Amino acid sequence: MLIRRPEDIKSSEITPESMYVDRRQFVGAAGALALGALIAPAALGASPLGAAPTDRGRQDDKITSEEDATSYNNYYEFGTDKEEPKELAKNFKTKPWNIEIAGMVKAPRTMGVDELFRALPVQDKIYRHRCVEAWSMVIPWQGTPLKDIIARCDPLPSAKFVEFTTLFDPRRMPGQQRPALPWPYKEALRMDEAMNPLAILATGMYGKALPNQNGAPVRLVVPWKYGFKGIKGIVKIRFTDQMPKTTWNDIASSEYGFYANVNPAVDHPRWSQAKERRIGQFLKIPTLPFNGYAEQVASMYAGMDLRKNY
Amino acid sequence: MAPAASPATGVSWRDRAAPVVKRGVRPALWALVILPIVSMAVRLVLGQLGANPIEELEHETGRWTLRLLAGSLAVTPLISFTRWGWLIAQRRFLGLATFAYVSLHLSIYIGVDNFFNVSDIVEDVLKHLYITVGMLGFLLLVPLAITSTKGWIKRLGGKRWNQLHRLVYLAATAGCVHFLWAVKKDKTEPILYAAVFVTLFALRFVGRKPGRQST
Repeated sequence: MLIRRPEDIKSSEITPESMYVDRRQFVGAAGALALGALIAPAALGASPLGAAPTDRGRQDDKITSEEDATSYNNYYEFGTDKEEPKELAKNFKTKPWNIEIAGMVKAPRTMGVDELFRALPVQDKIYRHRCVEAWSMVIPWQGTPLKDIIARCDPLPSAKFVEFTTLFDPRRMPGQQRPALPWPYKEALRMDEAMNPLAILATGMYGKALPNQNGAPVRLVVPWKYGFKGIKGIVKIRFTDQMPKTTWNDIASSEYGFYANVNPAVDHPRWSQAKERRIGQFLKIPTLPFNGYAEQVASMYAGMDLRKNY
Repeated sequence: MAPAASPATGVSWRDRAAPVVKRGVRPALWALVILPIVSMAVRLVLGQLGANPIEELEHETGRWTLRLLAGSLAVTPLISFTRWGWLIAQRRFLGLATFAYVSLHLSIYIGVDNFFNVSDIVEDVLKHLYITVGMLGFLLLVPLAITSTKGWIKRLGGKRWNQLHRLVYLAATAGCVHFLWAVKKDKTEPILYAAVFVTLFALRFVGRKPGRQST
Protein backbone atom coordinates (compact mmCIF):
# COMPACT_ATOMS: atom_id res chain seq x y z
CA MET A 1 0.00 0.00 0.00
CA LEU A 2 1.26 3.44 -0.78
CA ILE A 3 0.93 6.01 1.95
CA ARG A 4 0.95 9.44 0.44
CA ARG A 5 3.64 11.57 2.02
CA PRO A 6 2.96 15.21 2.70
CA GLU A 7 4.25 17.55 0.01
CA ASP A 8 7.70 18.80 0.79
CA ILE A 9 6.72 22.36 0.03
CA LYS A 10 3.26 23.26 1.31
CA SER A 11 1.00 24.80 -1.29
CA SER A 12 0.39 27.71 1.08
CA GLU A 13 4.04 28.65 0.78
CA ILE A 14 3.82 28.95 -2.97
CA THR A 15 3.51 32.39 -4.45
CA PRO A 16 0.67 32.87 -6.91
CA GLU A 17 1.66 33.18 -10.53
CA SER A 18 0.50 36.81 -10.73
CA MET A 19 3.23 37.76 -8.28
CA TYR A 20 6.14 35.89 -9.76
CA VAL A 21 5.50 36.67 -13.42
CA ASP A 22 6.61 40.24 -12.81
CA ARG A 23 9.90 39.24 -11.32
CA ARG A 24 11.92 40.08 -14.42
CA GLN A 25 11.00 43.71 -13.97
CA PHE A 26 12.19 43.38 -10.43
CA VAL A 27 15.42 41.78 -11.55
CA GLY A 28 15.89 44.52 -14.13
CA ALA A 29 15.20 47.28 -11.67
CA ALA A 30 17.37 45.67 -9.03
CA GLY A 31 20.18 45.23 -11.54
CA ALA A 32 20.04 48.89 -12.51
CA LEU A 33 19.96 49.87 -8.87
CA ALA A 34 22.99 47.74 -8.05
CA LEU A 35 24.92 49.11 -10.99
CA GLY A 36 24.12 52.62 -9.82
CA ALA A 37 25.23 51.68 -6.36
CA LEU A 38 28.67 50.82 -7.68
CA ILE A 39 29.56 54.48 -7.23
CA ALA A 40 29.10 54.17 -3.50
CA PRO A 41 29.69 50.54 -2.55
CA ALA A 42 30.80 51.42 0.95
CA ALA A 43 27.38 52.81 1.75
CA LEU A 44 25.80 49.43 1.21
CA GLY A 45 27.94 47.46 3.60
CA ALA A 46 27.66 43.71 3.89
CA SER A 47 25.13 41.48 2.23
CA PRO A 48 21.71 41.45 3.88
CA LEU A 49 21.85 37.65 3.61
CA GLY A 50 24.31 37.29 6.44
CA ALA A 51 22.07 35.28 8.75
CA ALA A 52 22.51 31.54 8.70
CA PRO A 53 19.54 29.64 7.34
CA THR A 54 17.48 27.24 9.37
CA ASP A 55 17.02 23.82 7.92
CA ARG A 56 13.46 24.49 6.81
CA GLY A 57 11.26 27.45 6.33
CA ARG A 58 13.04 29.15 3.49
CA GLN A 59 10.64 31.74 2.19
CA ASP A 60 12.22 31.51 -1.25
CA ASP A 61 10.52 28.33 -2.38
CA LYS A 62 8.27 29.88 -4.98
CA ILE A 63 7.65 27.77 -8.03
CA THR A 64 10.02 28.73 -10.84
CA SER A 65 8.27 30.08 -13.91
CA GLU A 66 7.48 27.36 -16.42
CA GLU A 67 9.12 29.44 -19.13
CA ASP A 68 12.45 29.49 -17.24
CA ALA A 69 12.30 25.80 -16.27
CA THR A 70 11.73 24.82 -19.90
CA SER A 71 14.25 27.17 -21.55
CA TYR A 72 17.32 26.90 -19.30
CA ASN A 73 18.36 23.28 -19.51
CA ASN A 74 21.52 21.24 -19.21
CA TYR A 75 20.84 18.42 -21.65
CA TYR A 76 24.03 17.98 -23.68
CA GLU A 77 22.33 15.45 -25.97
CA PHE A 78 20.61 18.52 -27.41
CA GLY A 79 23.50 21.01 -27.22
CA THR A 80 25.77 22.43 -24.56
CA ASP A 81 24.17 25.89 -24.38
CA LYS A 82 21.31 26.10 -21.93
CA GLU A 83 18.99 27.60 -24.51
CA GLU A 84 19.75 24.95 -27.14
CA PRO A 85 17.79 21.92 -25.85
CA LYS A 86 14.45 23.72 -26.17
CA GLU A 87 15.12 24.41 -29.83
CA LEU A 88 17.00 21.26 -30.83
CA ALA A 89 14.63 18.87 -29.01
CA LYS A 90 11.44 20.37 -30.33
CA ASN A 91 10.85 17.65 -32.96
CA PHE A 92 12.19 14.78 -30.85
CA LYS A 93 9.81 11.80 -31.05
CA THR A 94 9.22 9.97 -27.78
CA LYS A 95 6.62 7.52 -29.07
CA PRO A 96 7.15 4.61 -29.21
CA TRP A 97 9.61 4.43 -26.30
CA ASN A 98 10.98 1.21 -24.89
CA ILE A 99 12.89 0.68 -21.69
CA GLU A 100 15.21 -2.26 -21.22
CA ILE A 101 15.25 -3.88 -17.79
CA ALA A 102 18.61 -5.59 -17.48
CA GLY A 103 21.22 -7.03 -15.15
CA MET A 104 20.38 -8.66 -11.85
CA VAL A 105 16.63 -9.07 -12.28
CA LYS A 106 14.51 -12.19 -12.22
CA ALA A 107 13.45 -11.69 -15.85
CA PRO A 108 15.46 -9.32 -18.08
CA ARG A 109 13.12 -7.80 -20.66
CA THR A 110 12.20 -4.74 -22.66
CA MET A 111 8.87 -3.03 -22.18
CA GLY A 112 7.10 0.08 -23.43
CA VAL A 113 7.22 3.05 -21.09
CA ASP A 114 3.42 2.96 -20.70
CA GLU A 115 3.55 -0.67 -19.68
CA LEU A 116 6.28 0.03 -17.11
CA PHE A 117 4.15 2.73 -15.47
CA ARG A 118 0.74 1.05 -15.93
CA ALA A 119 -1.53 1.26 -12.86
CA LEU A 120 1.21 2.84 -10.74
CA PRO A 121 0.42 6.04 -8.84
CA VAL A 122 1.30 9.38 -10.44
CA GLN A 123 1.99 11.91 -7.72
CA ASP A 124 2.50 15.67 -7.62
CA LYS A 125 5.85 16.53 -6.08
CA ILE A 126 7.13 20.06 -5.71
CA TYR A 127 10.89 19.79 -5.33
CA ARG A 128 13.82 22.14 -5.13
CA HIS A 129 16.23 21.44 -7.97
CA ARG A 130 19.87 22.38 -7.31
CA CYS A 131 22.36 22.34 -10.18
CA VAL A 132 26.04 21.73 -9.44
CA GLU A 133 26.63 25.07 -11.24
CA ALA A 134 25.11 26.87 -8.21
CA TRP A 135 21.72 27.79 -9.63
CA SER A 136 18.43 26.33 -8.52
CA MET A 137 14.74 26.14 -9.32
CA VAL A 138 11.53 24.89 -7.70
CA ILE A 139 9.67 22.55 -9.99
CA PRO A 140 6.26 20.90 -9.73
CA TRP A 141 6.79 17.37 -11.06
CA GLN A 142 4.36 14.63 -11.85
CA GLY A 143 5.95 11.27 -11.36
CA THR A 144 5.94 7.80 -9.87
CA PRO A 145 8.04 6.76 -6.90
CA LEU A 146 11.12 5.00 -8.17
CA LYS A 147 10.60 2.25 -5.59
CA ASP A 148 7.33 1.27 -7.29
CA ILE A 149 9.08 1.01 -10.65
CA ILE A 150 11.88 -1.01 -9.08
CA ALA A 151 9.35 -3.40 -7.55
CA ARG A 152 7.94 -3.92 -11.03
CA CYS A 153 11.45 -4.62 -12.37
CA ASP A 154 11.82 -7.36 -9.76
CA PRO A 155 15.56 -7.15 -9.01
CA LEU A 156 17.45 -9.96 -7.29
CA PRO A 157 18.13 -9.40 -3.58
CA SER A 158 21.86 -9.32 -4.40
CA ALA A 159 21.48 -6.14 -6.51
CA LYS A 160 23.17 -3.20 -4.77
CA PHE A 161 22.97 -0.47 -7.39
CA VAL A 162 20.61 0.63 -10.12
CA GLU A 163 22.03 2.21 -13.27
CA PHE A 164 20.14 4.32 -15.81
CA THR A 165 21.13 4.96 -19.42
CA THR A 166 19.97 7.73 -21.76
CA LEU A 167 19.05 7.03 -25.37
CA PHE A 168 21.99 7.04 -27.78
CA ASP A 169 20.83 8.11 -31.22
CA PRO A 170 22.92 10.91 -32.74
CA ARG A 171 20.43 11.44 -35.55
CA ARG A 172 17.67 12.24 -33.10
CA MET A 173 19.93 13.77 -30.46
CA PRO A 174 22.17 16.14 -32.42
CA GLY A 175 24.36 16.95 -29.42
CA GLN A 176 25.63 13.37 -29.59
CA GLN A 177 27.20 14.07 -32.98
CA ARG A 178 30.07 15.72 -31.08
CA PRO A 179 32.03 14.10 -28.27
CA ALA A 180 30.89 16.67 -25.69
CA LEU A 181 30.49 13.75 -23.25
CA PRO A 182 31.23 10.04 -23.57
CA TRP A 183 27.85 8.83 -24.83
CA PRO A 184 25.51 7.43 -23.79
CA TYR A 185 24.94 9.33 -20.56
CA LYS A 186 24.75 7.09 -17.50
CA GLU A 187 23.75 7.67 -13.91
CA ALA A 188 23.25 5.37 -10.96
CA LEU A 189 22.01 5.19 -7.38
CA ARG A 190 22.73 2.93 -4.49
CA MET A 191 19.73 0.66 -3.96
CA ASP A 192 18.68 2.29 -0.69
CA GLU A 193 18.83 5.72 -2.35
CA ALA A 194 16.68 4.45 -5.19
CA MET A 195 14.13 3.10 -2.70
CA ASN A 196 13.90 6.43 -0.83
CA PRO A 197 10.37 7.82 -1.19
CA LEU A 198 11.71 11.17 -2.44
CA ALA A 199 13.17 9.57 -5.59
CA ILE A 200 10.76 9.61 -8.52
CA LEU A 201 10.72 8.88 -12.20
CA ALA A 202 9.02 11.96 -13.61
CA THR A 203 6.78 11.87 -16.66
CA GLY A 204 5.33 15.36 -16.29
CA MET A 205 5.91 18.85 -14.93
CA TYR A 206 3.65 21.87 -14.42
CA GLY A 207 0.72 19.51 -14.92
CA LYS A 208 1.71 18.72 -18.50
CA ALA A 209 3.58 15.94 -20.23
CA LEU A 210 7.32 16.25 -19.61
CA PRO A 211 8.78 18.59 -22.28
CA ASN A 212 11.44 17.06 -24.52
CA GLN A 213 14.10 19.47 -23.27
CA ASN A 214 13.41 18.40 -19.67
CA GLY A 215 13.93 14.70 -20.38
CA ALA A 216 10.79 13.29 -22.01
CA PRO A 217 9.34 10.79 -21.83
CA VAL A 218 10.85 9.79 -18.49
CA ARG A 219 13.62 11.15 -16.27
CA LEU A 220 14.97 10.61 -12.79
CA VAL A 221 14.39 13.21 -10.06
CA VAL A 222 16.45 12.90 -6.86
CA PRO A 223 16.02 16.31 -5.22
CA TRP A 224 18.71 15.93 -2.53
CA LYS A 225 21.37 15.46 -5.21
CA TYR A 226 22.88 17.82 -7.79
CA GLY A 227 20.89 18.05 -10.99
CA PHE A 228 23.27 15.99 -13.13
CA LYS A 229 22.14 12.87 -11.24
CA GLY A 230 18.66 13.41 -12.71
CA ILE A 231 19.26 11.50 -15.92
CA LYS A 232 16.89 12.24 -18.81
CA GLY A 233 15.44 10.24 -21.71
CA ILE A 234 15.93 6.90 -19.95
CA VAL A 235 16.03 3.76 -22.15
CA LYS A 236 17.69 1.28 -19.83
CA ILE A 237 17.49 0.36 -16.14
CA ARG A 238 20.16 -2.10 -15.06
CA PHE A 239 20.67 -3.69 -11.66
CA THR A 240 24.14 -4.65 -10.47
CA ASP A 241 26.18 -5.43 -7.38
CA GLN A 242 29.14 -3.26 -8.53
CA MET A 243 29.14 0.54 -8.23
CA PRO A 244 28.49 1.61 -11.84
CA LYS A 245 30.54 4.18 -13.72
CA THR A 246 28.53 7.37 -14.02
CA THR A 247 29.21 9.91 -16.76
CA TRP A 248 30.39 13.08 -14.98
CA ASN A 249 32.13 11.13 -12.24
CA ASP A 250 33.92 9.11 -14.90
CA ILE A 251 35.29 12.11 -16.83
CA ALA A 252 36.14 14.33 -13.84
CA SER A 253 36.01 12.45 -10.56
CA SER A 254 37.63 15.28 -8.62
CA GLU A 255 34.76 17.58 -9.62
CA TYR A 256 31.73 15.30 -9.63
CA GLY A 257 31.26 12.52 -7.11
CA PHE A 258 29.19 9.37 -7.46
CA TYR A 259 26.89 10.46 -4.64
CA ALA A 260 26.70 14.14 -5.60
CA ASN A 261 24.56 14.98 -2.59
CA VAL A 262 23.98 18.73 -2.33
CA ASN A 263 26.50 19.89 0.24
CA PRO A 264 27.29 23.56 0.92
CA ALA A 265 30.42 22.53 2.87
CA VAL A 266 32.14 20.81 -0.06
CA ASP A 267 33.06 23.18 -2.87
CA HIS A 268 33.35 22.20 -6.47
CA PRO A 269 37.01 22.93 -7.36
CA ARG A 270 35.93 25.77 -9.62
CA TRP A 271 33.02 27.27 -7.74
CA SER A 272 31.60 27.55 -4.26
CA GLN A 273 28.58 25.46 -3.30
CA ALA A 274 27.78 27.52 -0.21
CA LYS A 275 25.16 29.60 -1.99
CA GLU A 276 22.94 29.33 -5.00
CA ARG A 277 21.08 31.64 -7.33
CA ARG A 278 17.42 30.74 -7.40
CA ILE A 279 16.34 31.34 -10.97
CA GLY A 280 14.06 34.38 -11.02
CA GLN A 281 15.54 35.91 -7.89
CA PHE A 282 18.20 38.56 -7.52
CA LEU A 283 20.11 37.75 -4.35
CA LYS A 284 21.87 34.44 -3.88
CA ILE A 285 20.50 32.26 -1.09
CA PRO A 286 22.37 29.86 1.18
CA THR A 287 22.45 26.25 0.02
CA LEU A 288 21.12 23.69 2.46
CA PRO A 289 22.69 20.29 3.21
CA PHE A 290 20.98 17.66 1.07
CA ASN A 291 19.19 20.57 -0.60
CA GLY A 292 16.96 20.88 2.47
CA TYR A 293 15.92 17.20 2.51
CA ALA A 294 18.32 16.10 5.26
CA GLU A 295 15.45 14.87 7.44
CA GLN A 296 14.39 12.39 4.76
CA VAL A 297 17.78 11.27 3.44
CA ALA A 298 20.69 12.05 5.80
CA SER A 299 20.36 8.75 7.69
CA MET A 300 21.30 6.83 4.52
CA TYR A 301 24.78 8.35 4.74
CA ALA A 302 25.34 7.97 8.48
CA GLY A 303 28.98 7.17 9.22
CA MET A 304 30.16 8.17 5.74
CA ASP A 305 32.73 10.92 5.32
CA LEU A 306 30.80 13.29 3.08
CA ARG A 307 33.95 15.25 2.28
CA LYS A 308 35.38 12.17 0.63
CA ASN A 309 32.11 10.75 -0.67
CA TYR A 310 30.97 13.96 -2.33
CA MET B 1 44.17 39.32 -60.60
CA ALA B 2 47.23 41.37 -59.78
CA PRO B 3 48.60 40.92 -56.27
CA ALA B 4 48.24 43.77 -53.82
CA ALA B 5 50.46 46.51 -55.09
CA SER B 6 54.04 46.42 -53.94
CA PRO B 7 55.40 49.60 -52.40
CA ALA B 8 57.11 50.36 -55.69
CA THR B 9 54.00 50.69 -57.86
CA GLY B 10 51.99 53.88 -58.12
CA VAL B 11 48.42 54.12 -56.75
CA SER B 12 47.92 50.98 -54.67
CA TRP B 13 44.71 49.79 -53.08
CA ARG B 14 46.17 51.07 -49.88
CA ASP B 15 46.28 54.63 -51.13
CA ARG B 16 42.76 54.40 -52.48
CA ALA B 17 41.29 52.90 -49.30
CA ALA B 18 43.19 55.10 -46.87
CA PRO B 19 40.99 58.22 -46.91
CA VAL B 20 37.79 56.18 -46.56
CA VAL B 21 39.17 54.16 -43.68
CA LYS B 22 40.66 57.25 -42.08
CA ARG B 23 37.28 58.95 -42.03
CA GLY B 24 35.15 55.93 -41.12
CA VAL B 25 37.21 54.00 -38.66
CA ARG B 26 36.51 55.96 -35.50
CA PRO B 27 32.71 56.19 -35.91
CA ALA B 28 32.68 52.47 -36.75
CA LEU B 29 34.64 51.63 -33.62
CA TRP B 30 32.39 53.81 -31.48
CA ALA B 31 29.40 51.90 -32.83
CA LEU B 32 31.17 48.62 -32.09
CA VAL B 33 31.75 49.67 -28.50
CA ILE B 34 28.34 51.21 -27.83
CA LEU B 35 26.03 48.73 -29.56
CA PRO B 36 26.67 45.72 -27.28
CA ILE B 37 25.93 47.85 -24.20
CA VAL B 38 22.74 49.19 -25.76
CA SER B 39 21.70 45.69 -26.75
CA MET B 40 22.32 44.34 -23.26
CA ALA B 41 20.44 47.25 -21.67
CA VAL B 42 17.45 46.76 -23.98
CA ARG B 43 17.36 43.01 -23.37
CA LEU B 44 17.61 43.63 -19.61
CA VAL B 45 14.68 46.04 -19.61
CA LEU B 46 12.57 43.77 -21.82
CA GLY B 47 13.41 40.69 -19.74
CA GLN B 48 15.03 38.95 -22.70
CA LEU B 49 18.28 37.89 -21.08
CA GLY B 50 16.97 34.38 -20.42
CA ALA B 51 16.35 32.58 -17.15
CA ASN B 52 19.63 33.71 -15.58
CA PRO B 53 20.09 37.34 -16.63
CA ILE B 54 23.02 38.07 -14.31
CA GLU B 55 25.01 35.17 -15.70
CA GLU B 56 24.13 36.23 -19.24
CA LEU B 57 25.39 39.79 -18.57
CA GLU B 58 28.63 38.42 -17.12
CA HIS B 59 29.15 36.18 -20.12
CA GLU B 60 28.37 38.90 -22.65
CA THR B 61 30.59 41.56 -21.06
CA GLY B 62 33.34 38.94 -20.73
CA ARG B 63 33.12 37.98 -24.39
CA TRP B 64 33.18 41.62 -25.50
CA THR B 65 36.21 42.29 -23.31
CA LEU B 66 38.12 39.57 -25.16
CA ARG B 67 36.84 40.67 -28.57
CA LEU B 68 37.89 44.28 -28.04
CA LEU B 69 41.23 43.20 -26.61
CA ALA B 70 41.78 41.08 -29.72
CA GLY B 71 40.84 44.15 -31.77
CA SER B 72 43.44 46.28 -30.03
CA LEU B 73 46.07 43.59 -30.54
CA ALA B 74 45.14 43.42 -34.22
CA VAL B 75 46.07 47.07 -34.82
CA THR B 76 49.84 46.59 -34.81
CA PRO B 77 49.90 43.73 -37.34
CA LEU B 78 47.38 45.68 -39.40
CA ILE B 79 49.72 48.67 -39.46
CA SER B 80 52.67 46.57 -40.56
CA PHE B 81 50.49 45.15 -43.31
CA THR B 82 48.90 48.40 -44.53
CA ARG B 83 51.62 50.80 -43.37
CA TRP B 84 48.88 53.11 -42.15
CA GLY B 85 50.75 54.45 -39.17
CA TRP B 86 47.86 56.71 -38.23
CA LEU B 87 45.87 53.60 -37.19
CA ILE B 88 47.88 53.62 -33.97
CA ALA B 89 45.29 55.94 -32.38
CA GLN B 90 42.72 53.15 -32.74
CA ARG B 91 44.89 50.85 -30.64
CA ARG B 92 44.54 53.17 -27.69
CA PHE B 93 40.81 53.55 -28.31
CA LEU B 94 40.26 49.78 -28.42
CA GLY B 95 42.50 49.28 -25.40
CA LEU B 96 40.45 51.72 -23.36
CA ALA B 97 37.22 50.17 -24.64
CA THR B 98 38.55 46.81 -23.45
CA PHE B 99 39.17 48.34 -20.05
CA ALA B 100 35.65 49.76 -19.95
CA TYR B 101 34.15 46.34 -20.68
CA VAL B 102 36.35 44.46 -18.23
CA SER B 103 35.40 47.04 -15.57
CA LEU B 104 31.73 46.47 -16.34
CA HIS B 105 32.30 42.70 -16.25
CA LEU B 106 33.98 42.94 -12.85
CA SER B 107 31.38 45.41 -11.54
CA ILE B 108 28.55 43.03 -12.39
CA TYR B 109 30.41 40.20 -10.68
CA ILE B 110 31.05 42.27 -7.55
CA GLY B 111 27.96 44.43 -7.34
CA VAL B 112 25.21 42.33 -8.88
CA ASP B 113 26.22 38.67 -8.79
CA ASN B 114 27.74 38.88 -5.30
CA PHE B 115 25.98 42.06 -4.15
CA PHE B 116 29.17 43.48 -2.60
CA ASN B 117 29.57 40.52 -0.25
CA VAL B 118 33.26 41.06 0.38
CA SER B 119 33.94 37.79 2.20
CA ASP B 120 32.28 35.74 -0.56
CA ILE B 121 34.28 37.57 -3.22
CA VAL B 122 37.60 37.23 -1.40
CA GLU B 123 36.96 33.54 -0.87
CA ASP B 124 36.02 33.10 -4.52
CA VAL B 125 39.19 34.85 -5.70
CA LEU B 126 41.43 32.85 -3.40
CA LYS B 127 39.84 29.44 -3.81
CA HIS B 128 38.70 29.24 -7.38
CA LEU B 129 41.45 29.41 -9.93
CA TYR B 130 39.46 30.73 -12.87
CA ILE B 131 38.36 33.69 -10.76
CA THR B 132 41.94 34.21 -9.53
CA VAL B 133 43.25 34.27 -13.08
CA GLY B 134 40.46 36.57 -14.23
CA MET B 135 41.20 39.01 -11.43
CA LEU B 136 44.90 38.89 -12.31
CA GLY B 137 44.04 39.74 -15.91
CA PHE B 138 42.05 42.75 -14.74
CA LEU B 139 44.84 43.98 -12.45
CA LEU B 140 47.33 43.72 -15.31
CA LEU B 141 45.14 46.00 -17.41
CA VAL B 142 44.91 48.70 -14.74
CA PRO B 143 48.42 50.18 -15.22
CA LEU B 144 47.94 50.05 -18.97
CA ALA B 145 44.72 52.05 -18.77
CA ILE B 146 46.34 54.58 -16.41
CA THR B 147 49.39 55.10 -18.59
CA SER B 148 47.42 55.37 -21.81
CA THR B 149 47.65 59.18 -21.86
CA LYS B 150 50.15 61.27 -23.82
CA GLY B 151 51.46 62.64 -20.55
CA TRP B 152 52.32 59.20 -19.26
CA ILE B 153 53.99 58.20 -22.52
CA LYS B 154 56.20 61.29 -22.22
CA ARG B 155 56.89 60.72 -18.55
CA LEU B 156 57.87 57.08 -19.02
CA GLY B 157 59.64 57.51 -22.33
CA GLY B 158 58.78 55.44 -25.38
CA LYS B 159 60.98 52.53 -24.51
CA ARG B 160 59.83 52.04 -20.95
CA TRP B 161 56.22 52.65 -21.95
CA ASN B 162 56.49 49.92 -24.58
CA GLN B 163 58.02 47.54 -22.07
CA LEU B 164 55.23 48.21 -19.59
CA HIS B 165 52.58 47.71 -22.23
CA ARG B 166 53.88 44.26 -23.05
CA LEU B 167 51.81 43.32 -19.99
CA VAL B 168 48.93 43.18 -22.44
CA TYR B 169 50.17 39.77 -23.62
CA LEU B 170 49.99 38.45 -20.07
CA ALA B 171 46.56 40.01 -19.58
CA ALA B 172 45.27 38.48 -22.80
CA THR B 173 46.61 35.07 -21.78
CA ALA B 174 44.95 35.42 -18.39
CA GLY B 175 41.69 36.34 -20.11
CA CYS B 176 41.83 33.25 -22.32
CA VAL B 177 42.65 30.94 -19.42
CA HIS B 178 39.86 32.53 -17.35
CA PHE B 179 37.37 31.74 -20.14
CA LEU B 180 38.76 28.24 -20.69
CA TRP B 181 38.51 27.32 -17.01
CA ALA B 182 35.11 28.94 -16.54
CA VAL B 183 33.54 26.59 -19.06
CA LYS B 184 32.48 23.23 -17.68
CA LYS B 185 32.90 20.85 -20.56
CA ASP B 186 32.34 22.08 -24.11
CA LYS B 187 35.53 24.10 -24.60
CA THR B 188 34.97 24.90 -28.30
CA GLU B 189 34.26 28.59 -27.83
CA PRO B 190 37.13 29.43 -25.44
CA ILE B 191 39.53 27.46 -27.64
CA LEU B 192 38.39 29.52 -30.63
CA TYR B 193 39.09 32.73 -28.70
CA ALA B 194 42.49 31.45 -27.60
CA ALA B 195 43.32 30.56 -31.20
CA VAL B 196 42.61 34.14 -32.28
CA PHE B 197 44.99 35.47 -29.64
CA VAL B 198 47.71 32.96 -30.51
CA THR B 199 47.41 34.07 -34.15
CA LEU B 200 47.65 37.73 -33.13
CA PHE B 201 50.75 37.01 -31.04
CA ALA B 202 52.31 35.05 -33.91
CA LEU B 203 51.67 37.84 -36.44
CA ARG B 204 54.10 40.01 -34.51
CA PHE B 205 56.94 37.66 -35.35
CA VAL B 206 55.89 37.47 -38.98
CA GLY B 207 55.99 41.28 -39.13
CA ARG B 208 59.61 41.24 -37.93
CA LYS B 209 61.00 39.35 -40.89
CA PRO B 210 64.48 40.54 -41.83
CA GLY B 211 64.55 43.10 -44.63
CA ARG B 212 61.28 44.63 -43.52
CA GLN B 213 62.78 46.48 -40.61
CA SER B 214 64.11 49.33 -42.73
CA THR B 215 60.75 51.14 -42.88
